[in-house]
Amino acid sequence: MKKILVAGKVQGIVLKSEKPINFLGTVDKKTGIISDKNHDLFEKSIKDTILVFPSGVGSSVGAYTIYSIKSNNTAPLAMICQKADLTVVTGCALTNIPLIIISDEEFSSIENGMKISLDTDSSNPIQYQ
Amino acid sequence: MDLTREEESALKGEQGEVMQMAYRILVATGEATDAEKLIPIEWAHLAGVNYNTIGDAGEEFLSGISKDARVKVKTTLNPMGFDIDNVSKYGLDENFISKQLSIRNSYEIMGVTPSFSCIPYEIFDIPKEGTQVAFAESNAAIHANSYDNLKTNKESAFSALASALTGKSPYSSLRKEDTPNVTIRMKVKNPNELTYGMLGFFAGKVGDTSVNISGLGEMDRRQCKAMCGGMGTSGTCAKFLFGEGDSDCEKVDFDEKEMQTVHDELNTAEKGDLITLGSPQLGLEEISDLAGKLKGRSFKKRCMIFCPRTVKDQARKIGYTNELERAGCEILSDCCTCLTPLINKDDVDAVTTNSIKGAFYLKNSTGVDVNLKSLLQIVEDETR
Repeated sequence: MKKILVAGKVQGIVLKSEKPINFLGTVDKKTGIISDKNHDLFEKSIKDTILVFPSGVGSSVGAYTIYSIKSNNTAPLAMICQKADLTVVTGCALTNIPLIIISDEEFSSIENGMKISLDTDSSNPIQYQ
Repeated sequence: MDLTREEESALKGEQGEVMQMAYRILVATGEATDAEKLIPIEWAHLAGVNYNTIGDAGEEFLSGISKDARVKVKTTLNPMGFDIDNVSKYGLDENFISKQLSIRNSYEIMGVTPSFSCIPYEIFDIPKEGTQVAFAESNAAIHANSYDNLKTNKESAFSALASALTGKSPYSSLRKEDTPNVTIRMKVKNPNELTYGMLGFFAGKVGDTSVNISGLGEMDRRQCKAMCGGMGTSGTCAKFLFGEGDSDCEKVDFDEKEMQTVHDELNTAEKGDLITLGSPQLGLEEISDLAGKLKGRSFKKRCMIFCPRTVKDQARKIGYTNELERAGCEILSDCCTCLTPLINKDDVDAVTTNSIKGAFYLKNSTGVDVNLKSLLQIVEDETR
């Protein structure tokens, strides 16, 4: 199952996390670096990546963090999730960051560092290169 | 999702950037919740007002969109951080005040009614049965769905804003027919408002989008609000139905043991340095009742009372304000226990309250300890 929640067309390198992301409080707005010591992306920057993670968690105000990182040019190029949650859905919609929901199988098959072309108008929106 | 030609055109940006953003939010939320279309709503209630929660990003965003954005339907909004009438007494920093006033100004430019209240269901007329609304405040959404015969989903600050700007919302979840798959059986005897708050908190954790609750007797307004507040705090559940539900519903008991677990999670102090009443904010009925209970008595410590501005004005005319101030209460409008910067952990270690919603945010956001007591117990212990 694949759902396109926010449309767009981008190319980039995958940064993948196996853990959900709480945008409120664990992402540095100025740098896009994950500041949560217990997170598998700790000290990594999400800037200009294709961010692949299970889902967002935490307060829906976290959508404003997505707005901040977009304003500061430290946001991901696109996001790919297993599950839609209101924070990430509204945050991406607000800031026009493409967002796709994919099946568990496809999620497992994506690896860190993969190059992806994403085009939501295409019949095959995610192309692995 | 099926969109009309006009909706498609807005999504493409042909009606300006603000409308494009609003429709992007509605379509993304709609796709995520399997809505087949957008439907009209008649009233939006916004969250994301307090500078304490939305911060600089929120202030800048609202200031930016207010240049073009105008609400299309009746739109009310949640409390902000303080009451401008008495903010000077609380030593709040200038930056907070000016950023908060900028947020207020942006909403007013957009055409939002400056209600600054989390109890819109108590201070505005309720539309006719079955009316679709979009309430971002969780306790208000639950109250609207469960008591007022209105229909709303559990909205985010942004989906409600998008609904205010377009007059539409995705047709999904609680807007359609919804049958709960779990029933909470209320077993606790002689419940007060604190019990109902804990029941709501428990039910919100158990339920998904809606729950049945059986074993409820007559509830007064304070108890209803306590239950809605508790439920909205702990999960994603936005509606309860009175009764046992279908026979295939999973049954979960709420008895002394379950209540104790909630109590132990939220009650972290033996006593408070100050008392707060109002989360959700107090309505006129509760203010009147409180004035009656405080006849001839005075608080031994600070007691902050939070209510909507319209209620504060009415209370002053009727004379309740004098009564309450004489008893040592501080009466604040436009703000609420939850997330107000007027309660600061640098000055306060623990707060006494009868609100489960208030307790949750005092503990997790303000960062102070909480002492839970029913209103009757507060009046008995904390006044003379």
